[in-house]
Amino acid sequence: MSNELEFLSRRVAAGKLSRRDFLGRAAAIGVSATFANSLLSTAGYAEEPVKGGVLKAGLVGGESTNSLDPATFASQVPYSFGRAWGELLLELKADGGLEHRIAEEFGASDDAKEWTFKIRKGVEFHNGKTVTAEDVLATLERHSDENSKSGALGIVRGIDRMKVDGDNLVITLKEANADLPYLLADYHLIIQPGGGKDKPDAGISAGPYKVTVNEPGVRHGGERFANYWNAGNYGHADQIEIIVINDATARTAALQSGQVHMINRVEPKVVDLVKRVPGVTIRNVSGAGHYVFIMHCNTAPFDNNDLRMALKLAMDRQEMVDKILLGYGSVGNDFPINASYPLFPADIEQRVYDPEQAAHYYKKSGHSGSILLRTSEVAFPGAVDAAQLYQQQAAKAGITIEVKREPGDGYWSEVWNKQPFSTSYWGGRPVQDQMYSTAYLSTADWNDTKFFRPDFDKIIIAARAELDETKRRDLYRQAAMMVRDEGGLICPMFNDFIDATGPNVGGWTEHRSGEMMNGYALSKCWLTA
Amino acid sequence: MSAPVLKLVAQRVGLGLLLLLAVSVLIFTGTQLLPGDVAQAILGQSATPQALENLRRDLGLNDPAYIRYFRWLGGVLTGDLGVALSNGQDIATQLGKRLGNTLFLASVAAVVSVPLSILLGLLAVRYRNRWPDKLISGTTLISISLPEFFIGYLLIYFVAVRLGWFPSVSTVYDGMSFGQRLAAVALPAATLTLVVLAHMMRMTRAAILNVMQSAYIETAELKGLSQFDIIRKHAFPNAIAPIVNVVMLNLAYLVVGVVVVEVIFVYPGMGQYLVDHVSKRDVPVVQACGLIFAAVYISLNIIADVVAIVANPRLRHPK
Repeated sequence: MSNELEFLSRRVAAGKLSRRDFLGRAAAIGVSATFANSLLSTAGYAEEPVKGGVLKAGLVGGESTNSLDPATFASQVPYSFGRAWGELLLELKADGGLEHRIAEEFGASDDAKEWTFKIRKGVEFHNGKTVTAEDVLATLERHSDENSKSGALGIVRGIDRMKVDGDNLVITLKEANADLPYLLADYHLIIQPGGGKDKPDAGISAGPYKVTVNEPGVRHGGERFANYWNAGNYGHADQIEIIVINDATARTAALQSGQVHMINRVEPKVVDLVKRVPGVTIRNVSGAGHYVFIMHCNTAPFDNNDLRMALKLAMDRQEMVDKILLGYGSVGNDFPINASYPLFPADIEQRVYDPEQAAHYYKKSGHSGSILLRTSEVAFPGAVDAAQLYQQQAAKAGITIEVKREPGDGYWSEVWNKQPFSTSYWGGRPVQDQMYSTAYLSTADWNDTKFFRPDFDKIIIAARAELDETKRRDLYRQAAMMVRDEGGLICPMFNDFIDATGPNVGGWTEHRSGEMMNGYALSKCWLTA
Repeated sequence: MSAPVLKLVAQRVGLGLLLLLAVSVLIFTGTQLLPGDVAQAILGQSATPQALENLRRDLGLNDPAYIRYFRWLGGVLTGDLGVALSNGQDIATQLGKRLGNTLFLASVAAVVSVPLSILLGLLAVRYRNRWPDKLISGTTLISISLPEFFIGYLLIYFVAVRLGWFPSVSTVYDGMSFGQRLAAVALPAATLTLVVLAHMMRMTRAAILNVMQSAYIETAELKGLSQFDIIRKHAFPNAIAPIVNVVMLNLAYLVVGVVVVEVIFVYPGMGQYLVDHVSKRDVPVVQACGLIFAAVYISLNIIADVVAIVANPRLRHPK
C-alpha cells in the first residue's frame, strides 16, 4: 500500500476527506475502486469509537462446567470472557508485535535468561486495590507451580525464580528463552489480586469490564470498569454479554434476528448463505490452527521414514482444503508453522500430492497390508470425512488405509497420543518455539508424533536462546525441514477462524492469533448506532 | 378414601422408592463404565501427565467404587449432592436453578398441551370420521412425525427471524419478570407442545371411542342425552385411566427428554446441564441428574397409577 493512499484513507476515516474525493484520488494513482474501498474499510479502525450500549456475542464453546479460574480456561467462551475482565502483562498485536499492558516496559539480559518487567503504576483491580509487582509474581507463581492444574503450566514451567525489585518483576529462567514476553501474553495468565491464590475463581482482575453475571454454560456479563487505566482503547460498550449458543444454526439465527451482534465459528458450509444475510459481515482470518494426521515415529510400521514419506506424499492437500474446509483455509507443508508466525521460513518448497512418488516410497518401505487410521468427529470438524478422503487419495498410490471411527467420548484419552496413527488438531501458538516445544521436543508431554531426536531438540533450544534474528530464522528453517522430511506429522491444512458480525459493529480488526479478534472483540469493538 | 385403596397406593409408593434405590445403583454402575476418567475429560487434549496426576489426587478418584457409592448415597439422603468435580460449584444450588427452569418450560408446555390435546381428542370423537376429526388427526400426526429440532428450526426461522415476534434465544435468568420469561420460552414451549400433542390426542380419542362401544353409552343415547354430554359425563370418566397414563408419560418426556430443544433454543435447563457434565465425566453431577430424572419419571408414573386406581369405582367402592 502506498503511503499516500494510506494517509488518504486515514483522512477519510477521520472525516477530513470525503469518500468520493478519496476514490477519485485513488483512481488517479491507478488503484481500482474495489481495492480503494477495501482500504477504506480496513482504515475503519481509525474511526472514533462510540461509547455506550450493550454489546452481545453469541459464542460456541461454553459449558456449565466452566469456572472463572483462569487456570482452567480451555474453551472459547471462558477465553473470550477472560479477555474482557482480565488484564494481562502483554498483549499480542495483530502485526505480531506486543502491546504493553500491565508490563510498561521489559528487557532481557544478553543471554535471554533474566527478564525484567516494569509494572505499570496506577492500575487498579476491580476490588479497588492497586496492581503491584507482587500480584504479578503471585499470579505467575500460581500458574507455574508443578501441582497446579493450569493450562499455562507448560508455558511458565521454564521459570526458575522470580523476585520483586521495586516496581520491577525480575524473572530468571532455567533455560534461555527469547520468546518469554510472547508466552506471557497467554490467555490463562490473567493478573489477579494476590495471584488469585485465596479465591482463584473470584473473577477479579484489572480488565476493562467487571464481571456482573456468571452463569456457566448459559451467559456471562460485564459492565464497564470505571477506573480502567486504558479506557480510551478498550471497553467502549457500557455492558457486554456473552450468550452461550453451542448450536450452529441457533447461533446464526440469533445473529440474523439481531439478538447478538457477533458470533464465532460460522461453519464453512453455511458461510456463503450467511454472507447473503443483509447487514451480516463474515470475518474470516487465516490462523495458526491446523488439522493433523499423526504417526508415531517409534512404532511399527511408522518407524520407517520411507513409509512416513509415502503417506505424506499420498495426501492431496488442496483437495482437503477445498472439500473439508470449503476453501476457508490454506494448505500445510508437514511442519506445524505457517506464515502467521514471526520468522516463518517461507522458502521451503510446498509438498504436493504425488501418487507415483508415494508408491515409490511405499514400495521402498517394504510394508504390505492395510494401515489403520483412527479418527473421530471430535478430532476436528469433518475429521471422519477427511480420513475417508485421504483413504481414496492414498488408494491411488496403491496404499490401503483402513479408517476406524472411534467414539468421541474418550478420544483424547484413549486414542490421541496413544494409538500410532490418528487424526487430531492443534490450535495455534503465538511463536514457533512454543509450538515446537509443546509437541515436537523429545521431552514434551504432548509429543504426539513420538519424535525423539536429540539433534532436533538441540536446534530448538539453540533458537530459543538466540537473540540474533537472522540466525534464529535459519535455525527455525532447519527445524521445519527436519519435521517436514523426517517427522511423523502429516499437516494437510491450516484452518481459518470464521466469525461474523451483524450491522452496527464498529472497530473490528483482523487478528491471526485467535477467533473473535484474538478474543478481544468485546472489549475493542463498539456499537455504531 | 377406603382402606384397600390406601393400601394399594401405599404399595405403589413403596415400590417406587425401592425402584429408585435400584436405579441409583444402576446409575452409579453405569457412570463407572464410561471410558476415560474425569481428570482426563476435564483437561482434554491439553492434559499433561503431571496435571492429570494432581487432579486425580485432588478429586479422590483413587478410592474404590463401593466406598464412593455409599458416600454418595449418604449425601443424597441428607440433601447434599456434593460439588461438581469440574468447576467446584455446589451441585444442589446449580441443579436447583436448572431444574426450576426445566419444570417451568415443562409446565408451560403442559398447561397448553394437555387441555388442548384432550379437547382436540374430544372434538375428534364428537366429529368422528368427519373433516374436523381428519384435520385434527392429520395436523397432529404431521407435527409428531417431524423431528423436534426441525420444528424448532422452522419456528426460529419464521417466528423469530422473519416475523420477529419472539426471541430465538430463550435464555432466562434471575430478575426477569414472569411475562418476560413466558415470552422467552414461547418458542420452545410451542415446539414441545407440537411434539407431545399427537400422542395424547390420539390416545384420548382411542380410549373414548373404546368406551363409546359399551352398552351403557347406548343406554345414555336412548335416554336422549346430547352427544357431548355423553362423552363428558359417561365416556370420559371411564376412559380416564389410559388417558392419564399417556399424559404422564408425555409430562415425563417434557422433563427428561428435552435436551435437543434446550440446545436449539439455548435454554438453560437440566438436559444441557447433564450433557455438559457427561462429556466432562463429572460423575457426581451425572448421578444427581440421573437420579432426579428417574425420580420424576417414577413419581409421574405412580401418579398415573394412583389416578387409575382412584378412578376405578370397583376399587373405590369395595363390596
